[in-house]
Amino acid sequence: MFKVTDQKSYLNAEEGIGSWLLTTDHKRIAILYMVSLTFFFFIGGMAAVLFRLELFTPEGDLLSADSYNKLFSLHGIVMVWFFLIPSIPTVLGNFLVPLMIGARDLAFPRLNLFSWYLFMAGGLFTLTMIVVGGVDTGWTFYTPYSSTYANTFVILAATGIFISGFSSIVTGLNFMVTVHLFRAPGMHWFRLPMFVWTIYATSLIMVLATPVLAVTLLLVATERIFGVGIFDPAIGGDPLLFQHLFWFYSHPAVYIMILPGMGVISEIVPCFTRKRLYGYRFIAMATMAIAVLGFLVWGHHMFVSGQSMYAGLLFSFLSMLVAVPSAVKVFNWTATLYKGTIFLKTPMLYALGFIGLFTFGGLTGISLATLGFDMHVHDTYFVVAHFHYIMVGGMIMAYLGGLHFWWPKMTGRTYSEWWGRISALIVFGGFNMTFFPQFVLGYLGNPRRYHSYPDEFQVFHVMSSLGASILGVGYLLPLVYLLWSLKFGGRSSHNPWQAAGMEWDVPSPPPKHNFDLVPTVDWPAYDYAPAHKELTIGEGEPEPH
Amino acid sequence: MNQSFQFFPEAASRGAVEVDYLSFALLAICLFFTIGIFAAILVFGFRYWHTREVDRQFSPSRRMHWIVELTWSLGPLAILIALFIWGAVVYVRIHRPPDNPLEVNVVAKQWMWKIAHPNGRREINSLHVPTGRPVRLTMISEDVIHSFFVPAFRAKQDVLPGRYTTIWWEPTKPGRYRLFCAEYCGTSHSQMIGEIVVQSPEDYSQWAAAEPSQTLSERGQRHVKQLGCLKCHRAVAGTQTGPSLTGMYGSSIPLSDGTTIIADADYVRQSIIEPMKKVHDGFKPTMPSYAGQIESEALLEIVAYLRSLEDVQGD
Repeated sequence: MFKVTDQKSYLNAEEGIGSWLLTTDHKRIAILYMVSLTFFFFIGGMAAVLFRLELFTPEGDLLSADSYNKLFSLHGIVMVWFFLIPSIPTVLGNFLVPLMIGARDLAFPRLNLFSWYLFMAGGLFTLTMIVVGGVDTGWTFYTPYSSTYANTFVILAATGIFISGFSSIVTGLNFMVTVHLFRAPGMHWFRLPMFVWTIYATSLIMVLATPVLAVTLLLVATERIFGVGIFDPAIGGDPLLFQHLFWFYSHPAVYIMILPGMGVISEIVPCFTRKRLYGYRFIAMATMAIAVLGFLVWGHHMFVSGQSMYAGLLFSFLSMLVAVPSAVKVFNWTATLYKGTIFLKTPMLYALGFIGLFTFGGLTGISLATLGFDMHVHDTYFVVAHFHYIMVGGMIMAYLGGLHFWWPKMTGRTYSEWWGRISALIVFGGFNMTFFPQFVLGYLGNPRRYHSYPDEFQVFHVMSSLGASILGVGYLLPLVYLLWSLKFGGRSSHNPWQAAGMEWDVPSPPPKHNFDLVPTVDWPAYDYAPAHKELTIGEGEPEPH
Repeated sequence: MNQSFQFFPEAASRGAVEVDYLSFALLAICLFFTIGIFAAILVFGFRYWHTREVDRQFSPSRRMHWIVELTWSLGPLAILIALFIWGAVVYVRIHRPPDNPLEVNVVAKQWMWKIAHPNGRREINSLHVPTGRPVRLTMISEDVIHSFFVPAFRAKQDVLPGRYTTIWWEPTKPGRYRLFCAEYCGTSHSQMIGEIVVQSPEDYSQWAAAEPSQTLSERGQRHVKQLGCLKCHRAVAGTQTGPSLTGMYGSSIPLSDGTTIIADADYVRQSIIEPMKKVHDGFKPTMPSYAGQIESEALLEIVAYLRSLEDVQGD
């Protein structure tokens, strides 16, 4: 539709490592993020491999208690701040938002590159922290343990997160301005792909919540370095103040981690059902509702912390409300399948996996928001299982689904569909085997962050560790066949899935400036024609020119 | 303690059974919706598989669309509100102080639980309790945050430094149950464990009397004398520099800023550690701070002593 005469793509428009490190092209920056995030993902994953090995037996025999504590802290810090929070926004968001709204780049291309450097600087501090000895506070840095008692590298860890936080803020700001100002003529808000809505909502949270985290970490550092009493009651502070501040950021941050995943699912499901997304406006509004309500529920992390009973009641009620828009989304995605024309390609497998696992994760979240139940399972493996269903079963499934969906667009190559499906199934199976037993463990009472545990829990830990090794294989496979596809994969057409959306109208991979002519939009989002009988999707077809 | 494999934890308190009912309801809701969504995906997936010739005409009216959306918004909302109420009832119950509880003191530190019974017997990393009577723990930490968690009682409460928190249950089933620290507290967090020994009231009395010692309130009275508290806090009206301690515990105290406060354990503690924070109306703020001079256990003993004077009429 908007064919480009220039044959060079963004990948070969310029040559040399310098052209990558100094690029302001949103697509190249997306690739920079993808490479860095993959690195951090495997660092965080290695930590999990080690502590799951330790947990194979009840005794703390493989690792010392301190090493174990450092490993779960490292796993949490790296996975949350250096993988999950940036994952979909910085990789798929950077690549797709301008293409989806008909823009040539983000609003502030240099700022975009700067935020990658900020992210890497934060990552460097974190890696330094790991190399010099690690931190043992958990990713939550609860005071006064972190501010007074821990003898590990709290300041280095906090600095890494502090700096990468600015990367989040700058990226969020960039997306918001872009979505407001850079939409193509005719691309009004209710014609935006849902992915853009979710990135917008996520950006809002990044911009509003991340500064609170920065301030909180600064306060921890102030107490730790200068002995100013802020959180430690021994010097006049209040330990619960930290939890309020931390969760005021970290609960919305949970939505930073899941909303973009919901956006990806909202793109994949219509494509593989050849149908408009059911309840588009409801999903869009639900997205914004989650972003706003997400700021009002932080106290549900503190039901047994000693906060007042009335605060507990209020936060439980508000947490119930935030479940409604999530439920609306699940029902609408499922309803999209109804009377659709269903194809089960790799991205769709991940998307359906997401819907199922997110549903179960969300429902167990509702259970945790129920006060009387939380008193028992709070701080046990039940909580661990719940948020992994959302973060891993949800967000990572969505990330992998999105990666498989847009891989042909990003690289111009097609991967092995067979291996794609196999690894999606392995991830799904391995994931459930890893985390389902942890719900049982939690109800039995096994607290989280335990280096050793009573014998009667072993069966479930063994299942979990075995599942984790399967899950690990599921993650390594895509690394192999996707890299393989870069050299040996078939050439992809500009629209291998016959998908709607402007990103599919430009060549694969897209040229540096995206569009020769900025399109004028006069069609709705998900403009899927009723499928005709001969339609095949996902087969590499020759480029038309 | 049940050392063998188990799939469901033992329930050993009255509240535990209540929590279990709630859990079963939650489990049913989780399964209902998860299975429902999976089933819908499977059914639609087979029925509308791309090679199948089926009717795919789909153009719902605007009205139908709204009805569907409102149903699956308001339906879940109703369930959620019901769950909120049910959960809140269980939660509020444990926050209501019980009648005539056995008052046990707990001091947590990295990495042990120090426990003192009202008759003076102490133990470490184990807690003996009788059945048939509410047991209330008044807890404080000497360092970081810990959390007192007994899975068989289905409840936990964080233990904070610098402030008392409380938890209570009514044990019903004699036996030995696990005690865990549930809030990550450093290197040996997973070793900060112990056992709860639930006994019949007779066995408990026998156990508690096995090591005769001063009761907690007797010890508290001794501290009050040694520290010279009574120099100012005399019970004789008209001669006091400070308010009388008799009948003070549990009463409503008028403060110099015009508000009132119930004199609970936390108020007593704060008045000793930071006397200038909440000054009794009508008295001069002259009391010095005793921060650093009284051990955590001793402070709890003073609280126990003042509690024993709760129902004594001042003269």
